[in-house]
Amino acid sequence: MSNEQTFSVQEITKLDFELFRPAIKEDSKLSIVRPSLSYWQDAFRRFVANKQSLFAFTLAHVLILFSFVGPFFWTIDPTYQDNTSPSTPPTLGRKAVIVGDAPTFEPKLAKLVETVPANSHTLISSVSNLRVISTPTTQRVLLEWDPNGVGGGYTVYRDEVEPLGDRWGVPVGDIATPQQFNFEDIQTLEDRLYYYTIVTKDFNGEETDKALTIPVQVLNAIDLESARTFVADAKLGAVIDLPAAPLGTDSLGRDILARLMSGGRVSLFIGVFASVLSVIFGIALGGVAGFFGGSIDTVLMRLTDLITGLPFLLFMILLKVVLNVGPGESGITALLISLVVLSWTGTARLVRGQILQLRNSEFVQAARMMGASSGYLIARHMLPNLIGVILVTLTFQIPSAIFTEAFLSFIGLGIAAPATSWGAMCNDAIQSLLTRPYEFFAPAIVISLTVLSFNLLGDGLRDALDPKLRSNE
Amino acid sequence: MFSYAMKRILIGLMTVYAIATITFFAMHAVPGDPLMRAKVVNEVVRQNLETKYGLNQPLFVQYVTFLTNMLKGDFGISFTQQNRSVNDIIREHFPVSALLGLVAIITAALGGIVGGAVAAIRRNQWPDRTIMSLVILFVSVPSFVFAAFAQVGLAEIKKKFGVEILPVAGWGTLAHLILPGLILGLGTMAFLARLMRSSMLEVVHQDYIRTAKAKGVAPIKIFIRHQLRNAVLPVITFLGPAVAAITTGGFVAEIVFAIPGLGRYFVQAVQQLDYTVIMGLTVFYGTYLVIVVIIVDIIYGFIDPRIRIAGA
Repeated sequence: MSNEQTFSVQEITKLDFELFRPAIKEDSKLSIVRPSLSYWQDAFRRFVANKQSLFAFTLAHVLILFSFVGPFFWTIDPTYQDNTSPSTPPTLGRKAVIVGDAPTFEPKLAKLVETVPANSHTLISSVSNLRVISTPTTQRVLLEWDPNGVGGGYTVYRDEVEPLGDRWGVPVGDIATPQQFNFEDIQTLEDRLYYYTIVTKDFNGEETDKALTIPVQVLNAIDLESARTFVADAKLGAVIDLPAAPLGTDSLGRDILARLMSGGRVSLFIGVFASVLSVIFGIALGGVAGFFGGSIDTVLMRLTDLITGLPFLLFMILLKVVLNVGPGESGITALLISLVVLSWTGTARLVRGQILQLRNSEFVQAARMMGASSGYLIARHMLPNLIGVILVTLTFQIPSAIFTEAFLSFIGLGIAAPATSWGAMCNDAIQSLLTRPYEFFAPAIVISLTVLSFNLLGDGLRDALDPKLRSNE
Repeated sequence: MFSYAMKRILIGLMTVYAIATITFFAMHAVPGDPLMRAKVVNEVVRQNLETKYGLNQPLFVQYVTFLTNMLKGDFGISFTQQNRSVNDIIREHFPVSALLGLVAIITAALGGIVGGAVAAIRRNQWPDRTIMSLVILFVSVPSFVFAAFAQVGLAEIKKKFGVEILPVAGWGTLAHLILPGLILGLGTMAFLARLMRSSMLEVVHQDYIRTAKAKGVAPIKIFIRHQLRNAVLPVITFLGPAVAAITTGGFVAEIVFAIPGLGRYFVQAVQQLDYTVIMGLTVFYGTYLVIVVIIVDIIYGFIDPRIRIAGA
């Protein structure tokens, strides 16, 4: 107070107003304000920041595209049974030679020119001029040679690598007489190079070291009729390109890649559609129970208790039997209905709980007091607050539906032929698991990837949409 | 406690009744009759058979007969396997399934509890990451895929090294039990591990843990006496449903590993539409699972002092 200056009016008026300037209006350069984000923007930000859920999102889309768009690029009919190439291992671009009906094989015997003394061991020699007659195919390899006419016959060996020393691979034929000079191998082979060896036996039937080996390039065979489905002007003996089977063919000669796509459509359709339906069903019943309360609530909740108390898979099977009796039914509808009937209860309980909570919250009370109708309350307040929870439930329901479908189809109670699903494909392939594991693992891996991606997606969505639901992670 | 147990038993009885009723009417809603597939030569034989099985009676009478027989524990005679009663099938094959299920549930519970607890106390470190990745894997891959992988692996090992670690399929010895039991338990193990982990993380922040620490209790003792014991409670409630999942999941294990269990018979009966077997086994399985859930619930009531006191 003491050193406070006092100015007289005159002094103030003497002030030079030139010294004063209006301040330049500028936007504040430093502000500690977060950009205002809506609920969905915030959720999106959290979702995108989560690498795991982005990966799952991409993977799920790749699998959906594979099943639904894939057939436009891979146009082979998944139900076409190619009898000429059952159970082929994965190949890209195979060639096949067109063959007619093979004549029945008859051993040819050479006439003995002169009688040979019974113990003339020195005369035993290897056969000569070993050659392949007609085109060697995976179904039939015909060999001929000039016999030596001496000894106890021959053993025919086949090997996949060039024979070294006295190892000639697997014995495929035993010929008792030295006069015979032809042999037919009718075991199913692969289209590759084989080495056939004819070993001469001595008079006691013991193999000698006299042997002759020939390399044989075996080709896939196809009959004329089947060939015409690929190449219109196919002729006998011509070599044509077979459609590639990147994942091989199954035991009926159906292309596994094409079946994987068509099975995927069924699996994903059931997974997604059954989940959407059961969630809608659950929302409707849970919503009614929670919103109206009273006796409706009691009845509906006892019903949910009852269904939850039933052993799920057992009643899935039972319901499927009841709904799906006629032969020739694919079982898709029956599976769909059974899934919906038995899996809506989880959503219903969840929605009812949420609605009960929301019904008593202040903003709903306030809206109701201001005269909002039930419809308005549901549309404006309940649903927007529920949508996050519902979306998360839906995402978790999808993998479990796919899982259930795979389980039932695998034990042979799901999708029936000619329709297929990934689970049904696993069931088809389990018999030959140890000999042709690729038939089993192709569908097994896609099921696992699908369920994995939807599970991860559900985790990501839950974290993004409702951080409250996170289970302490 | 007593009233709590009685309430659970009453609800259980009602569920079993509901299961029996739904099964009966569901099977009778199937068009055609059980003799449709049998090679019935003439009308007299058919009528005799219908009288024998009571199929010419009104539906309600059949229902009452069905219920009384169930109460007596008589599930009837198989339609497709001559001279074989459903009771015989259950008596012969259920022990196999139960043994397999027991191995699976023990593996699942032990693995899940230990795995979840370790993941929780090593949160965000490598043991947690490893265990949680395994959990996601086990939840996402169907058990038949694991089974197939294991079989191919074992067969390859046998081919390459000539040693048989475990039999690929079959039944009879202890060694036959290990692989199917383990694989059957994997999914449940993952589920329980996840549950255990989150329950453990909740417990870790409780006041009593801090108090124990402040009093200088050894960490290992805190872990066992305070954390594990409290965290395991919610896991136990899920053992009931876990048994249900493992029992039905056993169908797959029995098929893949060629185990002569009840599940295989159930699947076979469904494929052949063997009505009595389907009905009998559904009711049997249903009752069995309801009983297991009740036992678990009652045990839980004994263990958890909160329920013990509240129920008294």
